Amino acid sequence: MSLHDYLYFVILPILAISSLAVFVRFVKGPTIVDRIVAFDLIVTLGIAEIAIYSIIYDKPTFLDIATILALIAFLGTVAFAYYLEKRNKKDD
Amino acid sequence: MTDILIFILATLGALFAMLAAIGILRMPDTLLRISVTTKAATLGIGLILGAAALYFGDLAVSSRVQAIIIFIVLTAPVGAHLIGRTSYFTGNELWKKSVIDDLKGKYDIKKHELQSEDAQKLHRKEKQKKEDDDRKNAKEENTW
Repeated sequence: MSLHDYLYFVILPILAISSLAVFVRFVKGPTIVDRIVAFDLIVTLGIAEIAIYSIIYDKPTFLDIATILALIAFLGTVAFAYYLEKRNKKDD
Repeated sequence: MTDILIFILATLGALFAMLAAIGILRMPDTLLRISVTTKAATLGIGLILGAAALYFGDLAVSSRVQAIIIFIVLTAPVGAHLIGRTSYFTGNELWKKSVIDDLKGKYDIKKHELQSEDAQKLHRKEKQKKEDDDRKNAKEENTW
């Protein structure tokens, strides 16, 4: 089994099933905070998938997209946390 | 040799990512979910990106990978803390088997500030002091 086959037939399915499990939590999540955490984890798993794809297709350019995705995930989490806390302040 | 290292790094990374996914699915309350995902996902992503850096073996790629890993390691705890704080304020309940809630009553709900003493007790104490002062002033006025 070559490296490419191993990555394609073992690692990528594991990551895909993980994403699916996180997506279940995203749909089910009882509170909005659970959904935000699940979304963050989905994006993080996306970074891992992009890294594996860049190995399989031998294109290091894909890693730039991984950088941007990491930036956007952090920004999204911070923005959601900030505005949720503000919304609650107003209610009091 | 490099191939074997990539095998090991990618497998470990995928395993940690899978542990994070199982954790977020199975943990009983929000704060536990945050704790599981932050740690496991950071390690998993770091290992998989390390495998990519080993595969390309190029300074440009490995410095890019290093930048991503440092960024994730720096931002994951910050994001987790922010979202955990928000979760505490929005009033999520802890798991019923949780033993202790160290922050109970110590957050001023209106000002969103943390105090080392119980916030409600502090308010009560201030009120008591004010009343005592008022009474003292009234007494002094009476004696005059």
